[in-house]
Amino acid sequence: MSEIFSPISVPMAKPAQAASEGAITRGVLIGIAVTFLALFLVLPLFAVFTQALSKGIAAFLDAFREPDAWSAIRLTLTVAAIAVPFNVVLGLAASWAIAKFEFPGKALLITLIDLPFSVSPVVSGLIYVLLFGSQGLFGTWLIDHGIQILFALPGIVLATVFVTFPFVARELIPLMQEQGTAEEEAALTLGASGLHVFRTVTLPNIRWGLLYSVLLCNARAMGEFGAVSVVSGHIRGLTNTIPLHVEILYNEYNFVAAFAVASLLAVLALITLVLKSVLEWRFAGELAHGRAH
Amino acid sequence: MSSRTAGHTDSPSDRPSTAIRIEAVSKTFDTAAVLHDLSLDVRAGELIGLLGPSGSGKTTLLRIIAGLDAPDRGRILFGDDDATGLAVQERAVGFVFQHYALFKHMSVADNIAYGLNARRRADRPAKAEIKRRVGDLLDLIRLSGFGDRYPSQLSGGQRQRVALARALAVEPRVLLLDEPFGALDAQVRKDLRRWLREIHDRTGQTTIFVTHDQDEALELSDRVAVLDRGRLEQVGTPDEVQENPACATVMKFLGDSVEVEAIAEGGRVLVRGRETPVVAPAGIIGPVKLYVRPWQLQLAEPESAHLSGTVRSSYRTQGRQRIEVVDTEGRVFAVEDFDGVRHPAGHPVGLRINGGHVFG
Amino acid sequence: MVETPRPRWTFRRPSVIPGFGISFGYTLTCLGLIVLLPLAGLVVKASGLGLSGIWNVATDPRVASALRISFGVSAVAALVASTFGFLVAWVLTRYRFPGRKLVDAAVDLPFALPTAVAGIALASLYAPDGLLGAPLARLGIQAAYTPVGIFIAMVFIGLPFAVRTVQPLIAEIDKEIEEASATLGATRIITLTKVVLPPLIPAVLTGFALAFARGVGEYGSIIFIAGNLPYVSEIAPLLIVIKLSEFDYGGAAAIATIMLGISFLTLLAINLIQAWSRRRFGYV
Repeated sequence: MSEIFSPISVPMAKPAQAASEGAITRGVLIGIAVTFLALFLVLPLFAVFTQALSKGIAAFLDAFREPDAWSAIRLTLTVAAIAVPFNVVLGLAASWAIAKFEFPGKALLITLIDLPFSVSPVVSGLIYVLLFGSQGLFGTWLIDHGIQILFALPGIVLATVFVTFPFVARELIPLMQEQGTAEEEAALTLGASGLHVFRTVTLPNIRWGLLYSVLLCNARAMGEFGAVSVVSGHIRGLTNTIPLHVEILYNEYNFVAAFAVASLLAVLALITLVLKSVLEWRFAGELAHGRAH
Repeated sequence: MSSRTAGHTDSPSDRPSTAIRIEAVSKTFDTAAVLHDLSLDVRAGELIGLLGPSGSGKTTLLRIIAGLDAPDRGRILFGDDDATGLAVQERAVGFVFQHYALFKHMSVADNIAYGLNARRRADRPAKAEIKRRVGDLLDLIRLSGFGDRYPSQLSGGQRQRVALARALAVEPRVLLLDEPFGALDAQVRKDLRRWLREIHDRTGQTTIFVTHDQDEALELSDRVAVLDRGRLEQVGTPDEVQENPACATVMKFLGDSVEVEAIAEGGRVLVRGRETPVVAPAGIIGPVKLYVRPWQLQLAEPESAHLSGTVRSSYRTQGRQRIEVVDTEGRVFAVEDFDGVRHPAGHPVGLRINGGHVFG
Repeated sequence: MVETPRPRWTFRRPSVIPGFGISFGYTLTCLGLIVLLPLAGLVVKASGLGLSGIWNVATDPRVASALRISFGVSAVAALVASTFGFLVAWVLTRYRFPGRKLVDAAVDLPFALPTAVAGIALASLYAPDGLLGAPLARLGIQAAYTPVGIFIAMVFIGLPFAVRTVQPLIAEIDKEIEEASATLGATRIITLTKVVLPPLIPAVLTGFALAFARGVGEYGSIIFIAGNLPYVSEIAPLLIVIKLSEFDYGGAAAIATIMLGISFLTLLAINLIQAWSRRRFGYV
């Protein structure tokens, strides 16, 4: 702009950018994509909150006066408190074994760990019914010994652990594989013990990936519906998790209460998304690549 | 696409006519100016090398000629036609990228035929004609029989040859090569260089190529255009730019040189009171910097020398002997001499200046 | 003569890093007890029925209809999800516009939102008097309690798979490829269809397959909007739940086996696509 007067300062018909679409096409495509996402993804989320508050704040709060709601919340927290730490330990063990060592059948092991992702939630519940149900493989034995797995906490935890089984492992395995073993070996040559190396070298390298996977694992553990629905027996105040409680309220046409309780899960989903995005923007280099699950 | 054949209509009487005229082109990316008011005429049929260090703007200039980037100011003319507003598709240029940019999912033959197949039906040659042209080009790049292979099955040098054939297939009015040998290893580079020159001699295709490698530019080009920080410093034949560099920048960029304090008076250049064979440009008087190439320095007896110092190191490479001499002020002079005598480190020597350049 | 001792064969390659035994053993134990053993139970149950038993269940009109609906609607939904998913992925990677990061984050909403919540939200939106259901009804389209509703829920659940599978590949496209095509005279449309799109097809197919598999197995987000009318809008997973509530374990296992079988074939297809694309182009 320093030289405003110039003999050959031609107002240019700019050649179209070679490797992109024209501005109009771009605008139209952005418009379609954003509209589509708004209609299909954002509107349902929005609907949860408007429905929950449709009869005012008092009606909204009433949903949480019910003891059944609180027992559902308690049960969901209990289940997550068991399932998530379990998956963390499992994920750490699996990724340590797979990423730091060479052994035959590794690819198969990874595939098997991923298996629960490709099983329908309902089938994930069904397989435990087939084992522990009254007519299941171990049914009679369990009844004889007075052990309750199905329609009780153990069954719900098992089903939840099953559906969340791959979450931590599949994030940590590629992450640890990328990092290799050089740092651990260096630490060992310096005389550190195995556990010390894990705590001071490995863990700091994977902490953001671990946090990332714990977030997603927790969201799924608290929100799982299909698998838990099959094994829970829907006993009010006893074996209903939050999603199951939502279902019951909805089926009883108690829409405001159903959406009020559902909004709790929607907020959880939003928090998860925000934290997840923050991790992706800030620590992209410390998360596993090529995530598409 | 009406102008596609314009580049080939030059009548012989016009030659050497201007194929491409770059008129006062400026370009700024974000806030950094990349090209300053740069003008250059490219003659029809010549092979011209744009030489410059990285960041000199040479690749940007090439992309502006191709229409991949738009200049902020200035014009690009193809012959007499203003091409500044033409889209890249309408310019009929052949562009060869440093990293080949071959279409991985297409066979070699399909890659070469791509530009012909992409034409509108009315302009598109018949299938048999395309096939014949692809066959001819495969012969030209010495890859006959490779038509059905995929790029992933070729070596780097082979890929770059395919990229060149792909660009030639559309019979471009100008061939633009962006660091065409930059991604290849030394030996392949040398072979391809010679081969590109052969192809150019055979086809007479107007060609502009970008390189930061002086040897490559000097060996390959009819003319060299030296760019530095967005400005054109000099254009000339390889001999011209070497014998008469226009400025210190060109001098330094074209090869090793040492700076010597000198005095200019009456067209003569004196070093420590001793006259040198160097001629100072008219009007230059007083203290100047004299730039001397290593082979313009010669070991001499201290009493007849312009400079003196002690040998720091000496080694032989490819029939040449290179001696580094350091003077009392710690300045280092590289000398190329052929006397075949060993010069031990610490040995005191004198240096005679047999040539050099003084710039205004 | 000195004999070099042959290294003893070990299961894992020797390494100085400790902890293989315990981490490997723990992983295998958990995997075995929680994943493999229960799945084996399903296989045992299903094989108890025999092929003819499974066939009998599959050809039961109500089951056959539910399978048809699950697989048929899921295929259409996956097609729509991968088409729009591609567009969304393209827009998000190629264009810069205000709010892009927000939109990008929103794509993962179906991963984060519990299915039951999505289910009742979709049901209320598309109910005949709902925000979207009412205008659709005026157009003569009834979404809730029909396969259209199932389709909507499946698109919702499948979209992130479609987007996230192609997105990294679009980001990796070498701009020079497109520039090369343009210098050779190709119009933007030709560049897109001949140069940009073909290498992405395997990823698009993978995204389709993932969305399809997810749609077939989906339960929570569908049952509320579907209305679950037998022969009209009843999906296969719901039928498993119904069979279980009738204590028809065999029937439930048979349907589950059929679903698993088809999911397995889908996964196999994905792997074959990827292997083929690796061989052909040297990348996935």
